[in-house]
Amino acid sequence: MAFELELTSPIDVAKDFALAVQEYTLLSAQCLANFFRRPLYMGDMLQQADLIGVGSLPIVILTGLSVGALLALNAASTLQRFGGITLIGQLVSIGMVTELGPLITGLMVAGRNSSGMASELGSMIVTEQIDAMRALGTDPTKKLITPRVGATVFMLFFLTIIADLLGLIGGYAVAHLIFGLNSEQYWTSVWQILVFRDVFTGLIKPVLFGFIIATIGCYYGISTRGGTQGVGRSTTQAVVAASVLILIVDFFVTKLIFAIFGYR
Amino acid sequence: MPAPTLPSENPAAAAVTPSGYAIEFDNVSIAFDENIVLNGISFQLAHGETKALFGVAGSGKSTLLKLAMGLLRPDSGRIFVLGEEVTQMSEQELFQLRRRVGIVFQESALFDSLKVYENVGFRLLEEHIPAAEIERRVREVLRFVELERTYDMFPSELSGGMRRRVAIARAIITEPAVLLYDSPTGGLDPVTSNTIVELIIKQRDVYKTSALMVTHRLQDAFTMATHQFDKATNQMIVLPKGQRGEVPMSFLILRDGKVIFDGDAQQLAASRDDYIREYIS
Repeated sequence: MAFELELTSPIDVAKDFALAVQEYTLLSAQCLANFFRRPLYMGDMLQQADLIGVGSLPIVILTGLSVGALLALNAASTLQRFGGITLIGQLVSIGMVTELGPLITGLMVAGRNSSGMASELGSMIVTEQIDAMRALGTDPTKKLITPRVGATVFMLFFLTIIADLLGLIGGYAVAHLIFGLNSEQYWTSVWQILVFRDVFTGLIKPVLFGFIIATIGCYYGISTRGGTQGVGRSTTQAVVAASVLILIVDFFVTKLIFAIFGYR
Repeated sequence: MPAPTLPSENPAAAAVTPSGYAIEFDNVSIAFDENIVLNGISFQLAHGETKALFGVAGSGKSTLLKLAMGLLRPDSGRIFVLGEEVTQMSEQELFQLRRRVGIVFQESALFDSLKVYENVGFRLLEEHIPAAEIERRVREVLRFVELERTYDMFPSELSGGMRRRVAIARAIITEPAVLLYDSPTGGLDPVTSNTIVELIIKQRDVYKTSALMVTHRLQDAFTMATHQFDKATNQMIVLPKGQRGEVPMSFLILRDGKVIFDGDAQQLAASRDDYIREYIS
Protein backbone atom coordinates (compact mmCIF):
# COMPACT_ATOMS: atom_id res chain seq x y z
CA MET A 1 0.00 0.00 0.00
CA ALA A 2 1.52 3.31 -1.07
CA PHE A 3 1.15 6.43 1.01
CA GLU A 4 1.11 9.80 -0.66
CA LEU A 5 2.52 12.67 1.32
CA GLU A 6 0.62 15.82 0.52
CA LEU A 7 2.79 18.91 0.88
CA THR A 8 1.13 22.17 1.86
CA SER A 9 2.60 25.36 0.49
CA PRO A 10 3.92 27.92 3.03
CA ILE A 11 1.59 30.51 1.50
CA ASP A 12 -1.44 28.32 2.25
CA VAL A 13 -0.21 27.79 5.80
CA ALA A 14 0.22 31.55 6.25
CA LYS A 15 -3.25 32.18 4.80
CA ASP A 16 -4.83 29.60 7.12
CA PHE A 17 -3.05 31.14 10.09
CA ALA A 18 -4.18 34.66 9.14
CA LEU A 19 -7.74 33.40 8.71
CA ALA A 20 -7.66 31.68 12.10
CA VAL A 21 -6.37 34.87 13.76
CA GLN A 22 -9.11 36.87 12.05
CA GLU A 23 -11.83 34.44 13.11
CA TYR A 24 -10.51 34.30 16.67
CA THR A 25 -10.41 38.10 16.87
CA LEU A 26 -13.96 38.40 15.56
CA LEU A 27 -15.20 35.78 18.01
CA SER A 28 -13.48 37.56 20.91
CA ALA A 29 -14.93 40.93 19.86
CA GLN A 30 -18.40 39.44 19.48
CA CYS A 31 -18.09 37.80 22.87
CA LEU A 32 -17.13 41.11 24.51
CA ALA A 33 -20.02 42.89 22.77
CA ASN A 34 -22.42 40.22 24.03
CA PHE A 35 -21.78 41.35 27.62
CA PHE A 36 -23.64 44.55 26.72
CA ARG A 37 -26.52 42.85 24.87
CA ARG A 38 -29.51 40.99 26.23
CA PRO A 39 -30.06 38.18 27.09
CA LEU A 40 -27.08 37.60 29.37
CA TYR A 41 -27.76 33.96 30.38
CA MET A 42 -26.81 34.46 34.02
CA GLY A 43 -27.98 30.93 34.86
CA ASP A 44 -25.57 29.41 32.34
CA MET A 45 -22.82 31.70 33.63
CA LEU A 46 -23.36 30.52 37.22
CA GLN A 47 -23.37 26.90 36.09
CA GLN A 48 -20.09 27.43 34.25
CA ALA A 49 -18.63 29.30 37.24
CA ASP A 50 -19.36 26.24 39.36
CA LEU A 51 -17.81 23.88 36.81
CA ILE A 52 -14.75 26.02 36.19
CA GLY A 53 -14.20 27.58 39.60
CA VAL A 54 -15.28 24.99 42.13
CA GLY A 55 -14.19 22.17 39.85
CA SER A 56 -10.67 23.61 39.53
CA LEU A 57 -10.29 24.31 43.24
CA PRO A 58 -8.54 21.04 44.26
CA ILE A 59 -5.93 21.32 41.51
CA VAL A 60 -5.31 25.00 42.30
CA ILE A 61 -4.92 24.27 46.02
CA LEU A 62 -2.41 21.50 45.36
CA THR A 63 -0.34 23.41 42.81
CA GLY A 64 -0.42 26.63 44.86
CA LEU A 65 0.89 24.88 47.98
CA SER A 66 3.52 22.94 46.01
CA VAL A 67 4.84 25.91 44.06
CA GLY A 68 5.07 28.10 47.17
CA ALA A 69 6.90 25.37 49.07
CA LEU A 70 9.28 24.69 46.16
CA LEU A 71 9.98 28.37 45.71
CA ALA A 72 10.90 28.65 49.37
CA LEU A 73 13.01 25.51 49.28
CA ASN A 74 15.00 26.62 46.22
CA ALA A 75 15.41 30.20 47.40
CA ALA A 76 16.50 29.13 50.86
CA SER A 77 19.56 27.24 49.66
CA THR A 78 20.90 30.38 47.99
CA LEU A 79 19.84 32.80 50.74
CA GLN A 80 21.43 30.64 53.42
CA ARG A 81 24.86 31.05 51.78
CA PHE A 82 24.57 34.82 52.15
CA GLY A 83 22.97 34.68 55.58
CA GLY A 84 19.75 36.14 54.20
CA ILE A 85 17.31 33.39 55.14
CA THR A 86 14.99 35.99 56.68
CA LEU A 87 14.35 37.33 53.17
CA ILE A 88 12.67 34.09 52.17
CA GLY A 89 9.21 35.56 52.75
CA GLN A 90 9.96 38.42 50.36
CA LEU A 91 11.06 36.08 47.61
CA VAL A 92 8.04 33.80 47.96
CA SER A 93 5.72 36.78 48.17
CA ILE A 94 6.99 38.57 45.07
CA GLY A 95 7.32 35.35 43.12
CA MET A 96 3.87 34.04 43.94
CA VAL A 97 1.83 37.23 43.78
CA THR A 98 3.30 38.78 40.65
CA GLU A 99 4.25 35.77 38.58
CA LEU A 100 3.84 32.18 39.65
CA GLY A 101 0.38 32.42 41.22
CA PRO A 102 -1.34 33.80 38.09
CA LEU A 103 0.81 31.77 35.69
CA ILE A 104 0.48 28.38 37.35
CA THR A 105 -3.24 28.87 37.99
CA GLY A 106 -3.72 29.99 34.38
CA LEU A 107 -1.87 27.00 33.00
CA MET A 108 -3.69 24.56 35.26
CA VAL A 109 -7.11 25.97 34.40
CA ALA A 110 -6.13 26.08 30.71
CA GLY A 111 -5.24 22.38 30.83
CA ARG A 112 -8.47 21.53 32.55
CA ASN A 113 -10.99 23.93 31.02
CA SER A 114 -9.76 24.91 27.54
CA SER A 115 -9.78 21.23 26.67
CA GLY A 116 -13.19 20.77 28.28
CA MET A 117 -14.71 23.67 26.36
CA ALA A 118 -13.13 22.61 23.06
CA SER A 119 -14.35 19.03 23.41
CA GLU A 120 -17.84 20.02 24.57
CA LEU A 121 -18.44 22.57 21.81
CA GLY A 122 -16.62 20.37 19.27
CA SER A 123 -18.98 17.49 20.05
CA MET A 124 -21.92 19.85 19.68
CA ILE A 125 -20.60 20.90 16.27
CA VAL A 126 -20.16 17.37 14.92
CA THR A 127 -23.59 16.29 16.17
CA GLU A 128 -25.19 19.43 14.61
CA GLN A 129 -26.34 20.71 18.01
CA ILE A 130 -24.85 24.14 17.32
CA ASP A 131 -26.71 24.29 13.99
CA ALA A 132 -29.86 23.17 15.82
CA MET A 133 -29.41 25.99 18.32
CA ARG A 134 -29.03 28.54 15.52
CA ALA A 135 -32.04 27.00 13.77
CA LEU A 136 -34.06 27.42 16.96
CA GLY A 137 -33.34 31.15 16.89
CA THR A 138 -30.67 31.25 19.61
CA ASP A 139 -27.23 32.76 19.12
CA PRO A 140 -24.66 30.13 20.24
CA THR A 141 -22.04 32.80 20.98
CA LYS A 142 -24.45 34.35 23.48
CA LYS A 143 -25.77 31.12 24.94
CA LEU A 144 -22.58 29.05 25.00
CA ILE A 145 -19.47 31.20 24.61
CA THR A 146 -20.14 34.43 26.52
CA PRO A 147 -21.17 32.62 29.75
CA ARG A 148 -18.00 30.51 29.58
CA VAL A 149 -15.80 33.56 29.06
CA GLY A 150 -17.50 35.54 31.84
CA ALA A 151 -17.33 32.63 34.26
CA THR A 152 -13.68 31.84 33.50
CA VAL A 153 -12.52 35.45 33.91
CA PHE A 154 -14.45 35.84 37.15
CA MET A 155 -13.42 32.54 38.67
CA LEU A 156 -9.77 32.66 37.59
CA PHE A 157 -9.43 35.97 39.39
CA PHE A 158 -10.46 34.35 42.69
CA LEU A 159 -8.65 31.08 42.01
CA THR A 160 -5.45 33.06 41.55
CA ILE A 161 -5.95 34.82 44.90
CA ILE A 162 -6.45 31.41 46.51
CA ALA A 163 -3.33 30.05 44.78
CA ASP A 164 -1.30 33.08 45.91
CA LEU A 165 -2.41 32.63 49.51
CA LEU A 166 -1.71 28.90 49.48
CA GLY A 167 1.67 29.50 47.87
CA LEU A 168 2.53 31.81 50.74
CA ILE A 169 1.35 29.19 53.22
CA GLY A 170 3.44 26.54 51.43
CA GLY A 171 6.45 28.84 51.61
CA TYR A 172 5.78 29.45 55.29
CA ALA A 173 5.61 25.72 55.99
CA VAL A 174 9.06 25.22 54.44
CA ALA A 175 10.58 28.33 56.05
CA HIS A 176 9.22 27.47 59.50
CA LEU A 177 9.47 23.69 59.59
CA ILE A 178 12.72 23.18 57.70
CA PHE A 179 14.64 26.41 58.21
CA GLY A 180 13.25 27.38 61.60
CA LEU A 181 12.11 30.90 60.60
CA ASN A 182 9.53 32.24 63.06
CA SER A 183 6.04 33.13 61.90
CA GLU A 184 6.23 36.86 62.53
CA GLN A 185 9.49 37.26 60.60
CA TYR A 186 8.06 35.40 57.62
CA TRP A 187 4.66 37.06 57.42
CA THR A 188 6.03 40.54 58.08
CA SER A 189 8.48 40.23 55.20
CA VAL A 190 5.73 38.79 53.01
CA TRP A 191 3.47 41.73 53.73
CA GLN A 192 6.04 44.55 53.71
CA ILE A 193 7.63 43.80 50.36
CA LEU A 194 4.38 43.99 48.42
CA VAL A 195 3.49 47.32 46.82
CA PHE A 196 0.51 48.37 44.72
CA ARG A 197 2.29 47.50 41.48
CA ASP A 198 2.80 43.87 42.55
CA VAL A 199 -0.82 43.36 43.55
CA PHE A 200 -2.02 45.09 40.39
CA THR A 201 0.23 42.88 38.23
CA GLY A 202 -0.96 39.77 40.04
CA LEU A 203 -4.63 40.62 39.61
CA ILE A 204 -4.66 41.94 36.04
CA LYS A 205 -3.03 38.78 34.70
CA PRO A 206 -5.80 36.32 35.69
CA VAL A 207 -8.36 38.55 33.96
CA LEU A 208 -6.39 38.34 30.69
CA PHE A 209 -5.53 34.66 31.15
CA GLY A 210 -9.17 33.81 31.88
CA PHE A 211 -10.24 35.53 28.69
CA ILE A 212 -7.56 33.65 26.71
CA ILE A 213 -8.45 30.25 28.22
CA ALA A 214 -12.16 30.55 27.47
CA THR A 215 -11.99 32.21 24.05
CA ILE A 216 -9.29 29.82 22.79
CA GLY A 217 -11.18 26.78 24.13
CA CYS A 218 -14.44 27.97 22.57
CA TYR A 219 -12.77 28.99 19.30
CA TYR A 220 -11.19 25.57 18.78
CA GLY A 221 -14.46 23.95 19.84
CA ILE A 222 -16.65 25.73 17.31
CA SER A 223 -13.98 25.40 14.59
CA THR A 224 -14.01 21.61 14.91
CA ARG A 225 -14.17 19.72 11.63
CA GLY A 226 -13.93 16.02 10.90
CA GLY A 227 -16.00 14.07 13.43
CA THR A 228 -14.71 12.59 16.65
CA GLN A 229 -11.11 12.68 15.42
CA GLY A 230 -11.56 16.41 14.87
CA VAL A 231 -12.85 16.81 18.44
CA GLY A 232 -9.68 15.17 19.78
CA ARG A 233 -7.52 17.40 17.59
CA SER A 234 -9.35 20.56 18.71
CA THR A 235 -8.99 19.58 22.36
CA THR A 236 -5.22 19.16 22.08
CA GLN A 237 -4.77 22.30 20.01
CA ALA A 238 -6.83 24.34 22.48
CA VAL A 239 -4.63 23.39 25.45
CA VAL A 240 -1.41 24.01 23.52
CA ALA A 241 -2.57 27.34 22.05
CA ALA A 242 -4.00 28.60 25.35
CA SER A 243 -0.83 27.66 27.29
CA VAL A 244 1.52 29.24 24.74
CA LEU A 245 -0.60 32.38 24.50
CA ILE A 246 -0.71 32.69 28.28
CA LEU A 247 3.10 32.54 28.44
CA ILE A 248 3.50 35.11 25.65
CA VAL A 249 0.91 37.49 27.12
CA ASP A 250 2.48 37.06 30.57
CA PHE A 251 5.83 38.25 29.24
CA PHE A 252 4.40 41.31 27.49
CA VAL A 253 2.11 42.28 30.38
CA THR A 254 5.03 42.07 32.82
CA LYS A 255 7.17 44.14 30.46
CA LEU A 256 4.39 46.69 30.01
CA ILE A 257 3.87 47.04 33.75
CA PHE A 258 7.60 47.52 34.25
CA ALA A 259 7.50 50.19 31.54
CA ILE A 260 4.57 51.95 33.19
CA PHE A 261 5.58 51.69 36.86
CA GLY A 262 9.34 51.36 36.44
CA TYR A 263 11.64 48.63 37.77
CA ARG A 264 11.96 47.97 41.48
CA MET B 1 -51.10 3.15 13.67
CA PRO B 2 -53.35 6.23 14.00
CA ALA B 3 -51.58 9.47 14.85
CA PRO B 4 -52.69 11.06 18.14
CA THR B 5 -54.88 14.12 18.25
CA LEU B 6 -53.28 17.51 17.86
CA PRO B 7 -53.82 20.00 20.67
CA SER B 8 -54.91 22.94 18.58
CA GLU B 9 -55.62 22.97 14.91
CA ASN B 10 -54.93 26.52 13.96
CA PRO B 11 -53.52 26.56 10.43
CA ALA B 12 -51.37 29.63 11.09
CA ALA B 13 -48.80 27.86 9.00
CA ALA B 14 -50.62 28.71 5.80
CA ALA B 15 -49.79 32.42 6.12
CA VAL B 16 -49.50 34.01 2.71
CA THR B 17 -46.32 35.95 2.03
CA PRO B 18 -45.51 38.55 -0.63
CA SER B 19 -43.25 36.26 -2.71
CA GLY B 20 -46.11 33.87 -3.36
CA TYR B 21 -43.98 30.92 -2.33
CA ALA B 22 -43.01 29.47 1.02
CA ILE B 23 -39.49 28.87 -0.28
CA GLU B 24 -37.87 29.97 -3.52
CA PHE B 25 -34.36 29.14 -4.75
CA ASP B 26 -33.12 31.29 -7.61
CA ASN B 27 -29.98 30.08 -9.39
CA VAL B 28 -28.24 29.06 -6.16
CA SER B 29 -24.72 27.68 -6.22
CA ILE B 30 -22.38 26.62 -3.45
CA ALA B 31 -19.00 24.90 -3.39
CA PHE B 32 -16.82 23.57 -0.59
CA ASP B 33 -13.20 24.11 -1.58
CA GLU B 34 -12.97 22.73 -5.13
CA ASN B 35 -16.12 20.62 -4.81
CA ILE B 36 -19.19 22.21 -6.42
CA VAL B 37 -22.14 20.86 -4.44
CA LEU B 38 -25.04 22.86 -5.88
CA ASN B 39 -24.77 24.48 -9.28
CA GLY B 40 -27.48 26.93 -10.33
CA ILE B 41 -30.37 25.38 -8.40
CA SER B 42 -33.80 26.96 -8.94
CA PHE B 43 -37.15 25.74 -7.63
CA GLN B 44 -40.18 26.93 -5.71
CA LEU B 45 -42.12 25.44 -2.82
CA ALA B 46 -45.75 26.57 -2.78
CA HIS B 47 -47.56 27.32 0.46
CA GLY B 48 -48.98 24.17 2.00
CA GLU B 49 -46.98 21.94 -0.32
CA THR B 50 -44.55 19.21 0.71
CA LYS B 51 -41.62 18.63 -1.63
CA ALA B 52 -39.50 15.48 -1.32
CA LEU B 53 -35.82 15.93 -2.25
CA PHE B 54 -33.96 12.99 -3.68
CA GLY B 55 -30.41 12.44 -4.78
CA VAL B 56 -27.53 10.11 -4.14
CA ALA B 57 -25.41 10.57 -1.01
CA GLY B 58 -23.36 13.75 -1.27
CA SER B 59 -25.62 15.34 -3.87
CA GLY B 60 -26.23 18.37 -1.65
CA LYS B 61 -29.67 17.63 -0.21
CA SER B 62 -28.80 18.47 3.39
CA THR B 63 -26.78 21.48 2.19
CA LEU B 64 -29.90 22.71 0.43
CA LEU B 65 -31.89 22.58 3.68
CA LYS B 66 -29.14 24.40 5.56
CA LEU B 67 -29.12 27.08 2.86
CA ALA B 68 -32.88 27.50 3.22
CA MET B 69 -32.43 27.91 6.98
CA GLY B 70 -29.62 30.43 6.49
CA LEU B 71 -27.17 28.15 8.31
CA LEU B 72 -24.96 28.28 5.20
CA ARG B 73 -24.48 31.12 2.72
CA PRO B 74 -24.53 30.36 -1.02
CA ASP B 75 -21.66 31.50 -3.24
CA SER B 76 -24.23 32.95 -5.65
CA GLY B 77 -27.97 33.10 -6.20
CA ARG B 78 -30.88 34.18 -4.05
CA ILE B 79 -33.03 32.30 -1.54
CA PHE B 80 -36.41 33.49 -0.32
CA VAL B 81 -38.15 32.00 2.72
CA LEU B 82 -41.63 33.24 3.63
CA GLY B 83 -41.04 36.20 1.34
CA GLU B 84 -37.79 37.29 2.99
CA GLU B 85 -34.48 37.11 1.19
CA VAL B 86 -32.39 34.89 3.40
CA THR B 87 -29.25 35.61 1.38
CA GLN B 88 -29.42 39.31 2.28
CA MET B 89 -30.13 38.91 5.99
CA SER B 90 -27.69 39.26 8.87
CA GLU B 91 -27.38 36.46 11.42
CA GLN B 92 -29.38 38.53 13.92
CA GLU B 93 -32.21 39.01 11.40
CA LEU B 94 -32.10 35.31 10.59
CA PHE B 95 -32.69 34.42 14.24
CA GLN B 96 -36.08 36.15 13.95
CA LEU B 97 -36.99 34.39 10.69
CA ARG B 98 -35.93 31.00 12.05
CA ARG B 99 -38.57 31.29 14.73
CA ARG B 100 -41.12 30.72 11.93
CA VAL B 101 -39.25 27.78 10.42
CA GLY B 102 -38.77 24.35 11.97
CA ILE B 103 -36.07 21.85 11.09
CA VAL B 104 -35.57 18.19 11.90
CA PHE B 105 -31.92 17.25 11.55
CA GLN B 106 -30.64 13.98 10.11
CA GLU B 107 -29.34 12.72 13.46
CA SER B 108 -32.01 14.61 15.44
CA ALA B 109 -29.40 17.00 16.94
CA LEU B 110 -31.06 16.98 20.36
CA PHE B 111 -29.12 18.80 23.07
CA ASP B 112 -27.69 15.85 24.98
CA SER B 113 -27.17 17.77 28.23
CA LEU B 114 -30.83 18.81 28.35
CA LYS B 115 -33.85 16.68 29.19
CA VAL B 116 -36.54 15.94 26.61
CA TYR B 117 -38.88 18.67 27.91
CA GLU B 118 -36.03 21.21 27.80
CA ASN B 119 -35.19 20.16 24.24
CA VAL B 120 -38.78 20.34 23.04
CA GLY B 121 -39.53 23.55 24.90
CA PHE B 122 -36.16 25.16 24.06
CA ARG B 123 -37.66 28.03 22.07
CA LEU B 124 -40.32 28.67 24.68
CA LEU B 125 -37.75 28.65 27.49
CA GLU B 126 -35.65 31.14 25.52
CA GLU B 127 -38.70 33.39 25.17
CA HIS B 128 -39.28 33.22 28.97
CA ILE B 129 -42.84 31.98 28.61
CA PRO B 130 -44.35 31.01 32.02
CA ALA B 131 -43.28 27.54 33.16
CA ALA B 132 -46.84 26.19 33.40
CA GLU B 133 -47.57 27.25 29.82
CA ILE B 134 -44.33 25.65 28.61
CA GLU B 135 -45.15 22.38 30.37
CA ARG B 136 -48.65 22.35 28.87
CA ARG B 137 -47.39 22.92 25.33
CA VAL B 138 -44.49 20.48 25.64
CA ARG B 139 -46.80 17.76 26.95
CA GLU B 140 -49.29 18.43 24.12
CA VAL B 141 -46.68 18.18 21.42
CA LEU B 142 -45.07 15.11 23.02
CA ARG B 143 -48.53 13.52 23.09
CA PHE B 144 -48.77 14.33 19.39
CA VAL B 145 -45.64 12.27 18.71
CA GLU B 146 -46.75 9.68 21.28
CA LEU B 147 -43.84 10.24 23.62
CA GLU B 148 -45.31 12.00 26.64
CA ARG B 149 -43.70 9.41 28.91
CA THR B 150 -40.25 10.61 27.87
CA TYR B 151 -40.86 14.12 29.30
CA ASP B 152 -38.23 13.81 32.03
CA MET B 153 -35.73 11.64 30.18
CA PHE B 154 -32.39 12.50 28.59
CA PRO B 155 -31.91 11.98 24.82
CA SER B 156 -29.31 9.28 25.55
CA GLU B 157 -32.09 7.18 27.12
CA LEU B 158 -34.14 7.20 23.90
CA SER B 159 -34.00 4.96 20.83
CA GLY B 160 -33.15 6.41 17.41
CA GLY B 161 -36.82 6.51 16.38
CA MET B 162 -37.85 8.18 19.63
CA ARG B 163 -35.13 10.80 19.23
CA ARG B 164 -36.39 11.52 15.71
CA ARG B 165 -39.93 11.99 17.02
CA VAL B 166 -38.72 14.25 19.83
CA ALA B 167 -36.89 16.30 17.17
CA ILE B 168 -40.17 16.59 15.23
CA ALA B 169 -41.92 17.70 18.44
CA ARG B 170 -39.22 20.35 18.96
CA ALA B 171 -39.64 21.57 15.40
CA ILE B 172 -43.44 21.88 15.49
CA ILE B 173 -44.01 23.22 19.01
CA THR B 174 -44.14 26.82 17.77
CA GLU B 175 -46.40 25.88 14.83
CA PRO B 176 -43.91 27.02 12.18
CA ALA B 177 -45.03 28.04 8.72
CA VAL B 178 -42.32 25.96 7.06
CA LEU B 179 -40.78 22.66 8.10
CA LEU B 180 -37.53 21.20 6.84
CA TYR B 181 -37.01 17.48 7.37
CA ASP B 182 -33.56 15.98 6.83
CA SER B 183 -33.99 12.22 6.32
CA PRO B 184 -36.66 11.91 9.04
CA THR B 185 -37.03 8.17 8.49
CA GLY B 186 -33.41 7.33 7.71
CA GLY B 187 -32.14 4.24 9.53
CA LEU B 188 -35.46 3.49 11.21
CA ASP B 189 -37.55 0.33 11.18
CA PRO B 190 -40.63 0.26 8.86
CA VAL B 191 -43.16 0.64 11.69
CA THR B 192 -41.45 3.70 13.19
CA SER B 193 -40.90 5.12 9.70
CA ASN B 194 -44.59 4.75 8.99
CA THR B 195 -45.48 6.57 12.21
CA ILE B 196 -43.19 9.44 11.26
CA VAL B 197 -44.55 9.60 7.70
CA GLU B 198 -48.04 9.75 9.17
CA LEU B 199 -46.99 12.63 11.43
CA ILE B 200 -45.61 14.50 8.41
CA ILE B 201 -48.79 13.87 6.41
CA LYS B 202 -50.85 15.11 9.34
CA GLN B 203 -48.73 18.21 9.61
CA ARG B 204 -49.24 18.82 5.88
CA ASP B 205 -52.97 18.14 5.72
CA VAL B 206 -54.18 19.51 9.04
CA TYR B 207 -51.84 22.44 9.62
CA LYS B 208 -51.18 23.11 5.92
CA THR B 209 -47.49 23.46 6.76
CA SER B 210 -45.15 23.84 3.80
CA ALA B 211 -42.28 21.37 3.95
CA LEU B 212 -39.08 20.34 2.25
CA MET B 213 -38.22 16.74 3.03
CA VAL B 214 -34.87 15.16 2.22
CA THR B 215 -35.21 11.41 2.00
CA HIS B 216 -33.56 8.34 0.53
CA ARG B 217 -36.74 6.32 0.87
CA LEU B 218 -38.83 6.66 -2.25
CA GLN B 219 -41.62 4.60 -0.67
CA ASP B 220 -42.08 7.25 2.06
CA ALA B 221 -42.58 9.97 -0.53
CA PHE B 222 -44.98 7.80 -2.54
CA THR B 223 -46.93 7.05 0.63
CA MET B 224 -47.21 10.79 1.17
CA ALA B 225 -48.36 11.28 -2.42
CA THR B 226 -51.02 8.59 -2.21
CA HIS B 227 -52.35 9.18 1.32
CA GLN B 228 -54.26 11.91 3.03
CA PHE B 229 -54.86 12.52 6.69
CA ASP B 230 -58.42 11.83 7.74
CA LYS B 231 -59.39 13.97 10.70
CA ALA B 232 -62.50 11.92 11.39
CA THR B 233 -60.62 8.67 11.96
CA ASN B 234 -57.43 10.44 13.07
CA GLN B 235 -55.26 8.42 10.75
CA MET B 236 -53.96 8.52 7.21
CA ILE B 237 -56.03 6.88 4.52
CA VAL B 238 -55.22 5.78 0.97
CA LEU B 239 -56.68 8.09 -1.64
CA PRO B 240 -58.67 6.67 -4.54
CA LYS B 241 -56.57 6.62 -7.72
CA GLY B 242 -58.49 9.49 -9.33
CA GLN B 243 -57.82 11.86 -6.40
CA ARG B 244 -54.08 11.30 -5.96
CA GLY B 245 -53.12 14.36 -7.97
CA GLU B 246 -54.95 16.58 -5.47
CA VAL B 247 -52.41 15.97 -2.69
CA PRO B 248 -49.99 18.94 -2.36
CA MET B 249 -46.95 16.76 -2.83
CA SER B 250 -44.10 17.09 -5.30
CA PHE B 251 -40.71 15.55 -6.00
CA LEU B 252 -37.34 17.10 -6.75
CA ILE B 253 -34.32 15.09 -7.84
CA LEU B 254 -30.74 16.38 -7.69
CA ARG B 255 -27.88 15.06 -9.75
CA ASP B 256 -24.35 16.48 -10.02
CA GLY B 257 -25.44 19.67 -8.30
CA LYS B 258 -28.37 20.34 -10.64
CA VAL B 259 -32.13 19.77 -10.52
CA ILE B 260 -32.96 17.04 -13.02
CA PHE B 261 -36.61 16.62 -12.05
CA ASP B 262 -39.20 18.83 -10.35
CA GLY B 263 -42.79 17.68 -10.58
CA ASP B 264 -45.56 15.55 -9.07
CA ALA B 265 -45.80 11.78 -8.65
CA GLN B 266 -47.54 11.23 -11.97
CA GLN B 267 -44.90 13.20 -13.89
CA LEU B 268 -42.21 11.27 -12.05
CA ALA B 269 -43.76 7.93 -12.93
CA ALA B 270 -44.09 9.04 -16.57
CA SER B 271 -40.49 10.27 -16.86
CA ARG B 272 -38.45 8.78 -19.73
CA ASP B 273 -35.10 9.88 -18.30
CA ASP B 274 -32.92 6.77 -17.87
CA TYR B 275 -31.35 7.99 -14.62
CA ILE B 276 -34.75 8.81 -13.09
CA ARG B 277 -36.23 5.52 -14.23
CA GLU B 278 -33.31 3.67 -12.67
CA TYR B 279 -33.63 5.76 -9.50
CA ILE B 280 -37.32 5.03 -8.98
CA SER B 281 -37.22 1.39 -10.08
